[in-house]
Amino acid sequence: MESEFAIVGGGILGISIAWGLQRIGRDVMVIDEGDFAFRASRGNFGLVWVQGKGDGLPDYTRWTLRSASLWPDFADELEDTTGIKLELSQPGGIDFCLSNDEAENAVARLSGIRDSLSIDYPFEYIENTELRKLTPEIGPDVVGGTYCPKDGHVNPLYLLRALYTDFQSRGGRVVNGVSVDKIKQENSGFRLSGGVEMFAQKVVLCAGLGNRKLGEMVGLNVPVEPNRGQIMICERVIPFMRYPSVQIRQVGEGAVQIGDSKENVGFDDRTSPEVISRIARRAIKIYPLLSHLRTIRTWAALRVMSPDGFPIYQQSDAHPGAYVVTCHSGITLAAIHALVLTRWIGGEDQPKNLESFSGKRFSI
Amino acid sequence: MASVFRFSRSINRDTRLVSIQFENQVIEAREGETIAAALLANGIDFTRKTPVNGQARAPFCMVGTCFECLMEVDQIPNLQACMIEVQEGMVVGRMYGPRNPDDDT
Ligand SMILES: Cc1cc2nc3c(=O)[nH]c(=O)nc-3n(C[C@H](O)[C@H](O)[C@H](O)COP(=O)(O)OP(=O)(O)OC[C@H]3O[C@@H](n4cnc5c(N)ncnc54)[C@H](O)[C@@H]3O)c2cc1C
Ligand code: FES
Repeated sequence: MESEFAIVGGGILGISIAWGLQRIGRDVMVIDEGDFAFRASRGNFGLVWVQGKGDGLPDYTRWTLRSASLWPDFADELEDTTGIKLELSQPGGIDFCLSNDEAENAVARLSGIRDSLSIDYPFEYIENTELRKLTPEIGPDVVGGTYCPKDGHVNPLYLLRALYTDFQSRGGRVVNGVSVDKIKQENSGFRLSGGVEMFAQKVVLCAGLGNRKLGEMVGLNVPVEPNRGQIMICERVIPFMRYPSVQIRQVGEGAVQIGDSKENVGFDDRTSPEVISRIARRAIKIYPLLSHLRTIRTWAALRVMSPDGFPIYQQSDAHPGAYVVTCHSGITLAAIHALVLTRWIGGEDQPKNLESFSGKRFSI
Repeated sequence: MASVFRFSRSINRDTRLVSIQFENQVIEAREGETIAAALLANGIDFTRKTPVNGQARAPFCMVGTCFECLMEVDQIPNLQACMIEVQEGMVVGRMYGPRNPDDDT
């Protein structure tokens, strides 16, 4: 198998990059390990989220804001070509605070981000009584919340399906069930193997937690680590939640999704009753009527985290033509990855301040 | 078109007959069988309308996995009819669309 670009990893990052490269006329194949792999793209929360992103790296805040503003056109294009509704909604989002300490920290963090930027960074802190006007069902334990009008959410599984459908219907190739275990540079490109042999002029590593090992094969330092998140889904109910939050959202089809846990437990993607009951209790404090609802499913998935939590985008110095693209928040960034980052990988133009995201920041 | 819908009990258990109420009808069921089984055996061809697009749906997997069989049982909404055994006098109804989160049931 041969192509101009080989994308290793078929999660949301891999397919966003593949779709975007194909859109600018490139010949692309996606290679994916398959269902037994860790796949954040199938287990995430589905937020298109701006609030709080980029604390410590203003370029990341700008990047996130830009992706959020690209999202409506990106979704329209995918819906038009595939007929798949992505359930994108960007009404703004709320981060609920259950104590004065939480509220002070949230406001300090967002103010810090705002002060580090030269562009507008909209957010406001709203106290319980005023917040009730936006979302009347909140409980008395909610001290207040930070509202950012740029936040939203989407159905991440329909997003994956739409990107795959469009990519494949335009002739994009997907190689499933192949775990790449060797990448070797040859004169005019890269030979990839993993049971089958593949060749591409350029290779983009989008393998999530697999990038650490693959990176070493092409001179890229990709120190990503797993971070576990647990999620629960309650039964479908009449839509009542107007704004998504990091803790809770009501999905397009009516189910209520809960979860904002973070744990460093290595490659363990099981749920635990302690964490699930903790996130459920917190959710009930925010929206007491959730105590009436039945839980349908729970699951856990592993985030792909770099040491500072920001993306890594880099071309290898030792092996030009080999790239790595990895991040947490791959749903939020899907639009900018597909529409902007691919122009850099495709050799068209490089976005401003791209060096901020180089993995070289982790080398001593 | 004549309905080709037909389910019958593959094992004719000799358990006691119980009556349950389903949308103004009285349904004869066998003790030990589930609500879903009793309704299918009585020719009931849909048990809810999905909140996603209003389509009629009926029990599918019969083992608690697919959630196609959600019904209101004794006024409690969204219960899996394939996971609950019939009881004398039970009142069972279809779910039409999503439940109201305000109902404390
Ligand atoms: C609990 C949780 C909640 C989240 N919530 C949000 C959210 O609300 N909003 C948001 O924007 N982001 C969220 N994220 C983050 C988002 O899900 C990830 O950033 C994104 O899914 C990462 O996508 P990926 O394609 O890099 O990784 P993955 O989905 O992990 O995909 C990597 C793929 O690479 C393949 N692979 C690995 N090694 C190899 C190999 N050697 N050969 C071939 N293929 C290989 C695997 O098969 C896999 O399919 C969340 C993540 C988690 C875990
Ligand atoms: S029929 Fe599948 S859950 Fe009841």
